[in-house]
Amino acid sequence: MNYNWDWGILFREPYFDWLVEGLMWTVSLSLCAWVIAFALGSVLGIMRSCSSRPLQLIATVYVELFRNVPLLVQLFLWYFVFPELLPDDAGRWVKREMPMPALTTAIIAIGLYTASRVCEQVRSGIAAVGIGQRNAGKAIGMNEWQVYRYILLPNAFRIIIPPLTSEFLTIFKNSSLALTIGVVELTAMTRQIEEYTFQGFEAFTAATVIYSVVTFTVMLLMRVVERRIRIPGMIATS
Amino acid sequence: MIEINHASKWYGDFQVLDDCTTHVAKGEVVVVCGPSGSGKSTLIKCVNGLEAIGSGDINVDGLKVNGRKTNLNKLRSRIGMVFQSFELFPHMSVLDNVMLGQLKVLKRSSDEAQQRATLLLDQVGLSEHAGKYPAQLSGGQQQRVAIARGLAMDPIAMLFDEPTSALDPEMINDVLDVMVDLAQDGMTMMVVTHEMGFAQKVADRIVFMDEGKIVEDSPKDEFFKAQGSERAKEFLSKILTH
Repeated sequence: MNYNWDWGILFREPYFDWLVEGLMWTVSLSLCAWVIAFALGSVLGIMRSCSSRPLQLIATVYVELFRNVPLLVQLFLWYFVFPELLPDDAGRWVKREMPMPALTTAIIAIGLYTASRVCEQVRSGIAAVGIGQRNAGKAIGMNEWQVYRYILLPNAFRIIIPPLTSEFLTIFKNSSLALTIGVVELTAMTRQIEEYTFQGFEAFTAATVIYSVVTFTVMLLMRVVERRIRIPGMIATS
Repeated sequence: MIEINHASKWYGDFQVLDDCTTHVAKGEVVVVCGPSGSGKSTLIKCVNGLEAIGSGDINVDGLKVNGRKTNLNKLRSRIGMVFQSFELFPHMSVLDNVMLGQLKVLKRSSDEAQQRATLLLDQVGLSEHAGKYPAQLSGGQQQRVAIARGLAMDPIAMLFDEPTSALDPEMINDVLDVMVDLAQDGMTMMVVTHEMGFAQKVADRIVFMDEGKIVEDSPKDEFFKAQGSERAKEFLSKILTH
């Protein structure tokens, strides 16, 4: 193989700045999408496990809809198809006038998709806490919301920290799909460096290392969180 | 106080309760016994509406448990319940477990709730464990906390669903002692248990169930002297042999 290695390229301007900027977009995109996914997913998880049939049904339909369509297809649907279905003015606003249309669309699409997965984690967490705890809460006269607020959710979220962590790591990695609708995040920047310099090996190695460092940091952080909220007397799971 | 009239319940095709009728008067202690799967636990869970009955009706303190308009939460807050598997809230200290319902349901001030909780924990002999978490206690201790949690709501009646079945033999007596004290203080109690010693000591009546039916419902002395049904005789001879 005839290849001129040049690791220095990564630290030269403007390429170093590109990587930093790409990482910034990746992180902001992931965090914003996660806020949507976590908030909506939690609400849906509660709905799916609650006693109201209509709420259960709505949440179930949501999950089946969003979980079963590939994320890439969903991104394209939100970006290319959705604005066309709106009335003219609204469609134009979504396509052009909305602040950062590509980024906003990516955040919403990835957030809504991941919400369906978070919903299932939350639901299984609540199920794991068990009917006995639900009954114990009801037996002292708490209403359903109180049972969730004070008993089911505090225990369920403790149980599902590990799967929720991997869900966040997945959102972080899925954010790279946003490049397909023109968000210049870390992967897009890496490709751009490759196109400008033909140093593809270095560029993609850099991306790999950056993604890994971030995910690894998140993992360590969540382990600390898990340890800090552990219930005294319970046997540690990790 | 508790009136169960012709209660029946089905799980699909399987009938768990078959035309059950029994009453528990104020201050009375009724022990419900019978073989596994006879519907004892289901019956007691129907009393505070944790399970719904299919037909018949259940009244507690004049309120219809299976009535459409009944405020079940309010009714439940007035009936204490103790479960076989304790079901303390694992993420809260013992004190908080006994305070939660007082704060959120009865809307007591936290001072008042803490006072009441401290008093009750003392009564069940666990005041020095108030700051611990359920997982740091033995089963017997957990069950006594659960009793205190029920009592904290100042209930008009207490339901016990096999409160000692999940306990080591050594701890059973600690829990039974607390229950005997309660009974002697005049608490209205419905107790699903196989502890015949407890029944002999404090029960007013014994209800014997089999295959979803109430087979016998008689005063304690009568029940232990001569069982009316073959099934109850067989059951008693089996559990009293050792």
